[in-house]
Amino acid sequence: MLSGFEKKSVDHDKALAARSAVEEFHAEYCAVLDSGDIERWPDFFTDDCLYRVTEYENAALGLPVGLVYAEGKDMLHDRAVAIARTQMFAPRRVLHIVSNVRILDVGNEEIVSQSNYMLLQTLVEGATTLHQAGRLYDRFARNGNLLLLRERQAVYDTAVIANDLAYPV
Amino acid sequence: MYSCETVIGAAPLPGKNASIDSLSWPREGLQAIPDWVYTNESVYQREIERIFHGRTWNFVALEAEIADAGDFKRSYVGPTPVVVSRAEDGSVHVFENRCAHRGAEFCRHSRGNNSEFVCPYHQWSYDLKGNLQGIPFKRGVNKRGGMPKDFRNEQHGLRKLSVATRNGVIFASFAPDMEPLQDYLTPEIIKDFDVVFNGKKLKVLGFYKNELPCNWKMYHENLKDPYHATLLHSFLVVFGLLVAGNRSAMVADSKYGIHGTMASAKSDSLYADIDEDKKKEMRSFHEGMRLRDERFLEFVKEFDSEWSVTMQTIWPNLIVQREMNTLGVRHIVPNGPNSMIMLWTMFGYEDDSQEMVQHRLRQGNLMGPSGFLGLEDNEAMKFVQEGVRRSVTDRSIVKLDAEKIGTADNLISEAAIRSMYQHYRKIMEF
Repeated sequence: MLSGFEKKSVDHDKALAARSAVEEFHAEYCAVLDSGDIERWPDFFTDDCLYRVTEYENAALGLPVGLVYAEGKDMLHDRAVAIARTQMFAPRRVLHIVSNVRILDVGNEEIVSQSNYMLLQTLVEGATTLHQAGRLYDRFARNGNLLLLRERQAVYDTAVIANDLAYPV
Repeated sequence: MYSCETVIGAAPLPGKNASIDSLSWPREGLQAIPDWVYTNESVYQREIERIFHGRTWNFVALEAEIADAGDFKRSYVGPTPVVVSRAEDGSVHVFENRCAHRGAEFCRHSRGNNSEFVCPYHQWSYDLKGNLQGIPFKRGVNKRGGMPKDFRNEQHGLRKLSVATRNGVIFASFAPDMEPLQDYLTPEIIKDFDVVFNGKKLKVLGFYKNELPCNWKMYHENLKDPYHATLLHSFLVVFGLLVAGNRSAMVADSKYGIHGTMASAKSDSLYADIDEDKKKEMRSFHEGMRLRDERFLEFVKEFDSEWSVTMQTIWPNLIVQREMNTLGVRHIVPNGPNSMIMLWTMFGYEDDSQEMVQHRLRQGNLMGPSGFLGLEDNEAMKFVQEGVRRSVTDRSIVKLDAEKIGTADNLISEAAIRSMYQHYRKIMEF
């Protein structure tokens, strides 16, 4: 759906190793978001990263708008601080489930992958609801098995958002 | 959580949903708003009939969304699905998304391009203006069946709405004899409307959609309530976007009192020129708050206007957002008394440089369902709807700047909310 995220032919063993590294990254990333430690969130990105959350229609039509749009780690930092310290919203718990990791391309310095995600949200009174379902298009800067996100495009199918999206994906 | 997923308090309290004939406005008059305007099913039905389907111009699309012949968009007038279509001759048409035959909502894609509309059920086809073109087996098979001889296609087209446009913005009305759009919008509102829609070609940057679990009128009230801006949105104060002492205005149109412009000017029109001492003072308001990437707050003065921000409420279903350089329209779709859908279209201009597009996208983080300001409005309105829906108390108070109705000359005022309800009570006969 997004240009730059086409599936390339990848050596099987390299793909397995990359997938293991990406899955480990997802687990740690989600653990930080789900624990509410939002100010640690920018640590998962490179300084020059691009981060965007957008609905599938924008992605399909090639429209650039983001529900969240950040150029560079500094913008992510500013958002994290705003969420943690200035923004007013009702308390909630979030749970990110990431699966179906596909390795689209592997190099010594970069891994490109696509994964599916579900974001579950629970307010103080109410059911746990599926807040977003979508796809993560990720480009990692790689230093061995240590990964940082150089680009993340979270493209959600859940076009009509239930009120708002407080925490990032 | 969508409003339909409410677990506790899903059943309406009798007092919040009483028979419409038993309702009477509180004795405080315009200085109080009864909860039933937000919670009552019958009141909602009357609003659809008299307001959204009545004598109002309703936003349906930007012309940039249907730029070429054959382009179409699914849209809504009130809660009613319509199709906005551009015909071969360039004219714009709006018709109900309902096949004249058996009622199927035939247009299923959000937007697209086609040469005709075909209902998938029995393949009745309509031209781009909504006229019935073809009926399969109209004359039957082997001279049996088929439509009666006197059946005239021209009497069975799609239900067409009145259409009016202004500088690339398309409005529709179920009323066949609406007053001209410019008279409806009024000169006070057109002044700032035409700053954003100045005839330059728009470029759509993308969409968001969300459900707000609140009554549709609350969204208007929130943007006719300048009082909340510096209190709810501490972000505005911390970064000097709106502080006490900034020049500001809350304008209500003087003809109906239903449209509004909430406007403010940064203390200087360029960020770089803001007094450094003042900036420091404002920043100390939130210890430790510093933007690491200040590009986000830059204001490129691109308009000939005294305001850096104008938020316009155009009755009954449109918000025009000019928050510095992030531009957008918000289309309100009422969805029962306790819910509304908001359809956002963000845009710039065709002649924007790539850098200007990126600037608009970065600044877009202020608004929308995940915006630094937008999110807080959504949360606050949810809290209000839950409060008015579930409590025993039956009214809220709007007494700020109590003697005034309509335009206010200060931020600590609810005068524009009162003028909206003055009109509302007349139309709704409350």
